[in-house]
Amino acid sequence: MDIHEYQAKEILASFGVTIPRGGIVYSPETAENKAREIGGSKWVVKAQIHSGARGKAGGIILCNSPLEVAQATDKLLGKKLVTNQTGPEGKIVNRIYIEEATDIEKELYLGLVFDRSSESIMVVASTEGGMSVEEISKEKPESIIRSKIEVAVGIQSFQARELAFGLGIEPELISRVSDTIVGCAKAFSELDATMVEVNPLVISKQKQILALDCKMSFDNNAMFRRNKVSELRDKTQEDDKEVFASDRGLNYVSLDGNIGNIINGAGLAMASMDMIKLAGGQPANFLDVGGGATPEKIVKAFKLITMDEKVKVILINIFAGINRCDWVAEGIVQALKKIEIKVPLVIRLAGTNVDKGNKILRESKIKYIEANTLEDAANKAVAVLKKK
Amino acid sequence: MTVLIDKSTKIIIQGFTGKMGTFHAEEMIKYGSNVVGGVTPGKGGQKHLDRPVFNTVKDAVKNTGASASVLFVPPAFAADSAMESADAGIKTCVAIVDGIPSHDMIKIKRYMRRYSKNEKMTLVGPNCAGIISPGKSMLGIMPGHIYKEGRVGIISRSGTLGYEAAQQMKDLNIGVSTSVGIGGDPINGSSFRDIIEKFEMDDETDAILMIGEIGGPQEVAAGEFAKENMKKPVIGYIAGLTAPKGRVMGHAGAIVSAYGESAIEKVEILKECGVTISKNPSVMGETVKSVLEKI
Repeated sequence: MDIHEYQAKEILASFGVTIPRGGIVYSPETAENKAREIGGSKWVVKAQIHSGARGKAGGIILCNSPLEVAQATDKLLGKKLVTNQTGPEGKIVNRIYIEEATDIEKELYLGLVFDRSSESIMVVASTEGGMSVEEISKEKPESIIRSKIEVAVGIQSFQARELAFGLGIEPELISRVSDTIVGCAKAFSELDATMVEVNPLVISKQKQILALDCKMSFDNNAMFRRNKVSELRDKTQEDDKEVFASDRGLNYVSLDGNIGNIINGAGLAMASMDMIKLAGGQPANFLDVGGGATPEKIVKAFKLITMDEKVKVILINIFAGINRCDWVAEGIVQALKKIEIKVPLVIRLAGTNVDKGNKILRESKIKYIEANTLEDAANKAVAVLKKK
Repeated sequence: MTVLIDKSTKIIIQGFTGKMGTFHAEEMIKYGSNVVGGVTPGKGGQKHLDRPVFNTVKDAVKNTGASASVLFVPPAFAADSAMESADAGIKTCVAIVDGIPSHDMIKIKRYMRRYSKNEKMTLVGPNCAGIISPGKSMLGIMPGHIYKEGRVGIISRSGTLGYEAAQQMKDLNIGVSTSVGIGGDPINGSSFRDIIEKFEMDDETDAILMIGEIGGPQEVAAGEFAKENMKKPVIGYIAGLTAPKGRVMGHAGAIVSAYGESAIEKVEILKECGVTISKNPSVMGETVKSVLEKI
């Protein structure tokens, strides 16, 4: 789960990280007052969307008066911002963060992630703040320094100090930079984060250490014990269909193609998508209804797929294990009594009682194309499209 | 000895009396697995499915001599249960449960470092289908009848894609020595490399089919291990060719976030390691067959 910049900043501030003064607004009227309340003579108006690279997309505007702050807020609110991370449809701006402008002397990069190789939490830092970590690793890999956190004891002060010295920080600022690193690491560990990124972490001309932009992501599997964090979810930043799916226990990812999929199991779903592509088609989605493929889940899956207007054919691929194909087939027949499908349907069943399952489908009144293998199913779905 | 379990392996079920635990314990017993009891804290002393229930894993191990366990406990309690079985001397523990927080998985793995190599439990999963040695024992939730007895080892992150492979192989009259589902999470108890090493040493296995997917460094690590250390042929398939970068594809671990984690990159690296690649998921069985013919 991702959260907004301002939410991440509030969290990090509660762990002792210094952030510039700022406040959130939802309308241009309040923006002007908010700027005065924050004080100073220059402000940055920042569109809050779940994406980086907002600056290049025009989502960050420097203002010289409270009036300009109001105008910038007016310009951004309700707009869809398209960045290199949002996809072509962009993300809607419903919240604006107003922040006092910072006189930057030096920009650093600080990130914390799960390192899957060492199965630990890794702190990554670089003197090349402001660039994305991908750009840094491509262009200035030698500037990157790392430190592994021992989860049993958490980050130690010496580790933070080593990182700070490694970044070439001047001696009088070492302890404040170390405190920032320790604060981020504690937030990561204590809140079940999967990513904390402060980019840039800046040293201001006034020698303050400030988290200028922050990103945090959290482990969806841990939300049961993180009520406060889960309340920060902003569904307006997610795809409507993906929200519908996640609220109903389906694993769904919206894609650009026109072949809708209903599959049981994540691996089989990815494999079916690959098969569609190899057959010359494009999947409209990834959809895993879970290993069990219960009739209830299949009804929900049909509802979800029919919400997508791009879908011109639906491919169902179920490998029945513990559940039997005859039971899955009954589920499909029941579902189709409740939902009208206007596009052709290709069904491939496999596993336990596959013959019984196919018999039920053939004898029912549903119109569909039967397929035997994964490849056969993908080929038939693509062929139906070409016939049209 | 087959990989991890055989016919005599004594198995206990953690979360025995719950709905999931009961259903799958019955399936395992039907398959012929030697289920000797189970654990549900607070229900010790009762009988369930004609087998004793214990309050703690230690009690169960002491009274039954169990050496393997399977977890059917909710994700919030799974880390605790896994560490309990490690501490009770269980040798092989399968965590079926989906949804264990990653921070908990790291803690389990750190906790297990307190045991020496010989005492250390092998944790398989979480978020997996379990282990089956066809005709001998099943420690998991797979449909046992789709696996034919034989001499090919399967390691898969995905449950249903592993079933697909077993069925394709059965249709071609190819059997399986052991199939191990290592699970779809970003951090798991046993990696491809951990299990592939066991297959290399297993005299009942001739070749290994490794079914991977996007995300993480594990398939590559196993490929490099195979190149350096293995004599048996390895066949691989990687799912997720069409998966967009930076998106989680169902499995929490199926996300491309670094170089070498996409399907195309993994396939290229595995080929360089001498792994025979199944060019699509419909020909996993045929690819295994062609490799077996060359042995």
